[in-house]
Amino acid sequence: MTILGSVTRQATDTADASGRPPKIDHKMPFGRWAREVGWRYVVGIAALVFAAFPIVYVISASLNPIGTVASTSIVPQHGFSLVHYRSLLEGSVGPFVQWYLNTLLVCTVVAGVSIVSSTLAAYAFSRLRFKGRRASLLTVMLIMMFPNVLAMIAIFTLFSDIGRIIPQIGLSTVLGYCLAMTGGALGQVWLIKGTMDSIPKSLDEAALIDGAGHFTIFSRILLPILRPIIATTTLLAFVGVVSEFMIGSIFLTDINSRTLAVGLFNLLENDRSANFGLFAAGAVMAMIPVILLFQYLQKFIVGDATSGAVKG
Amino acid sequence: MTTPSSATKRAPGTLLPREKRTTLTGLLVKVVFLGMVAAVAIWLIPLLVHFEMWVWLGVVIAATVAVFAIYLTKRFIPAKYIFPGTFFLCVLLIVPVGMTVNYSFTNFSDGARGSQEAAVRSIIGNSVVQTPDSPIYNLTIGTRASVAEGPFTFFLVDRADPDGPVQHGSADEGLTDFDGATVVDGRVTAADGYTILTPREINAAFDAILETVVLVDDSSAIRVQGINTAFQGRATLEYDEESGTIRNLDTGETYQPGLVGNSYFFVDSEGNRAFTQSWLQHIGWDNYARLLGDQNIRSQFLDAFVWTVVFATGSVFLTFIVGFFLAVTLNDPRLRFRRTMRSFLLLPYAVPGFISILVWASFFNRDFGLINETLGISLNWLGDPVLAKIAILLTNTWLGFPYMFIVCTGALQSIPGDVKEAAEIDGATGLQRTFRVTMPLLLVAVAPLLVASFAFNFNNFNLIQLLTRGGPFQLGQFTRGSTDILISMVYRIAFGGSGADFGFASAVSVSLFIITGIIAAMQFRLTRRLEDIA
Repeated sequence: MTILGSVTRQATDTADASGRPPKIDHKMPFGRWAREVGWRYVVGIAALVFAAFPIVYVISASLNPIGTVASTSIVPQHGFSLVHYRSLLEGSVGPFVQWYLNTLLVCTVVAGVSIVSSTLAAYAFSRLRFKGRRASLLTVMLIMMFPNVLAMIAIFTLFSDIGRIIPQIGLSTVLGYCLAMTGGALGQVWLIKGTMDSIPKSLDEAALIDGAGHFTIFSRILLPILRPIIATTTLLAFVGVVSEFMIGSIFLTDINSRTLAVGLFNLLENDRSANFGLFAAGAVMAMIPVILLFQYLQKFIVGDATSGAVKG
Repeated sequence: MTTPSSATKRAPGTLLPREKRTTLTGLLVKVVFLGMVAAVAIWLIPLLVHFEMWVWLGVVIAATVAVFAIYLTKRFIPAKYIFPGTFFLCVLLIVPVGMTVNYSFTNFSDGARGSQEAAVRSIIGNSVVQTPDSPIYNLTIGTRASVAEGPFTFFLVDRADPDGPVQHGSADEGLTDFDGATVVDGRVTAADGYTILTPREINAAFDAILETVVLVDDSSAIRVQGINTAFQGRATLEYDEESGTIRNLDTGETYQPGLVGNSYFFVDSEGNRAFTQSWLQHIGWDNYARLLGDQNIRSQFLDAFVWTVVFATGSVFLTFIVGFFLAVTLNDPRLRFRRTMRSFLLLPYAVPGFISILVWASFFNRDFGLINETLGISLNWLGDPVLAKIAILLTNTWLGFPYMFIVCTGALQSIPGDVKEAAEIDGATGLQRTFRVTMPLLLVAVAPLLVASFAFNFNNFNLIQLLTRGGPFQLGQFTRGSTDILISMVYRIAFGGSGADFGFASAVSVSLFIITGIIAAMQFRLTRRLEDIA
């Protein structure tokens, strides 16, 4: 509407020699462009710098052969070197590759258990009618608010006991750690249930008339529609476990059973300045897959964080 | 011939509603699943009985019965779907929470961990001294469980009789003969069913090993001396089971259980503690009374509570402002590369938290940190109480603004454009449009997420622990640091330095849980009310 003003102004110029109507210059004058659009680019770039500089710093630190905080800056000044990456991958400061594999295992197992449990439970809370439906959903959400960190001693004692019976899932084992992390299995129920609620029940009813049972409705009809939200919640569940290091550091005392978070954390704990380069290299190797995953599934995240947020 | 009573004609092969056909695969899956559950139960139950773990036995039996009841019959349909998640929730969340609540009523701490029996054994074991005729053994340490925690078993070869029987002993089972050990050069190098610890592992677990007391009989025990020797010495203390007292065999003094503070210790005739060892005892509401009653503790918690609220509110406010401003700025359709910019702005959200926070921690380094170097100043970020708080808020803003940006962008796009146009026609400037029209509409949509963000930051342990560990500490204060939020303070009480007091920490954890629960309830009520408004 306001753009039209400038267009009509220029259209009143006289026709050129060939008789065709004059070419309308749709570009805004620079002053107005700067005021309305240009400054947005400036803000955007500033925000980008703010968002990205720590990541650039870490990459620079990982390539800095000296490897201390003192010698690192955003632009590498001491040359490029892959020495930290090499030390980590060779295992000279710890079984890094094993840590990586452990993390992948833990995240996959926990994300898998979480999604399966949450999706099944979401079906019950969304579609089935039973006494205490709302109350039990609220109770579950409430219980999961207990900060796991504070239950550390209890979890420690619990797994000491479990380890006496089944040593394979006791303390200091990766599988035991997986089990400890599954306490939050129902963590994605809320999101999935919310999305499921928005799928019209008439679909269910149509299937019912055709003779489908509950599980068929769930697996053949609802699950395919829920694919985007399942992708999002799988990602959330997966990434949620990557950063966990508190329980991991008391649980995974055996150096071979550690995850990336615990291993890198301890690396930095041992020597905050000298080990920084090593930590940075490990961090970069840990970050890249997560960032790629996020970019790939970005469209789902942006969509679902706000779906249904504004009514009408 | 009777005609069918159903009024509708059905094509052959279709079913009436609700008449489900059980498929073959479905049946097979059910059989396999129930079979596996039964197999696991059959395997575990004898083990649990052997170890006398009655509570776990109850849990396994209850779970097995539940699985069979739920999945074998056609009833309990909701339970079929809810059971898997609930099972994990119960065993791995509710049980630890319950245990923590239980601990909060006890004196569980470093000096009071086990049963009274274990305490007595430990006291007597520690009193063992070497006598000239103490048998000396070559020691090998093994375990059937974790090499870091034990419980440990000692394998002993008598130096005076290296070809004699190998003995093994542990804290629970005393000293007995053992077959199935491989002896090389008078030392056990392998034992059936046990993992032998390497010297490095022994070093790592030495404290736990020293705590292992193997009683040979009522007056002598095995004591570890170095990593490969042990001796059997004479205990200088004796426990009399009937009277429940400990007697010093050298001086003749007797000690009996007496109340010191809120726990029982073995005390002498004047009521002073004879030994530091105590045992796990129920002390009722004492921990909570201490939390609410002790002036010093109460003021520390109040201070921490205030900062927790300030921190959470500040974080939400700052991340929202930045996110909202960016969303409004970058929402213009005339802007190119919006998608690229958006995906870059998502980066802080994508990087794993512990990495980002540790990197930011390095930025605040006074001498070499990026911030001081770039700005050419020398602020002691993490050493000054106020600056440390600013550092925390700055870091959290970086961590949180992408989420708010995404949320606001989405909400902005669903605000109908005609409202903004109407405002423009009425003569509102850009700024007025943003603050008077867009923001209120947006806030209604985004409010539940803001409240959720508040609840998250209220217990944002990772950030505080990794960035400042709660410090810096004011003079004379050891429990509460300047940037401690409630949860990090509780963590320090439970695990910090000297005299970790788990019982008290558990009481505080439970209180913190209640507070968080109240906030969550308020959040839920607010969400409902906003849904009604919108």
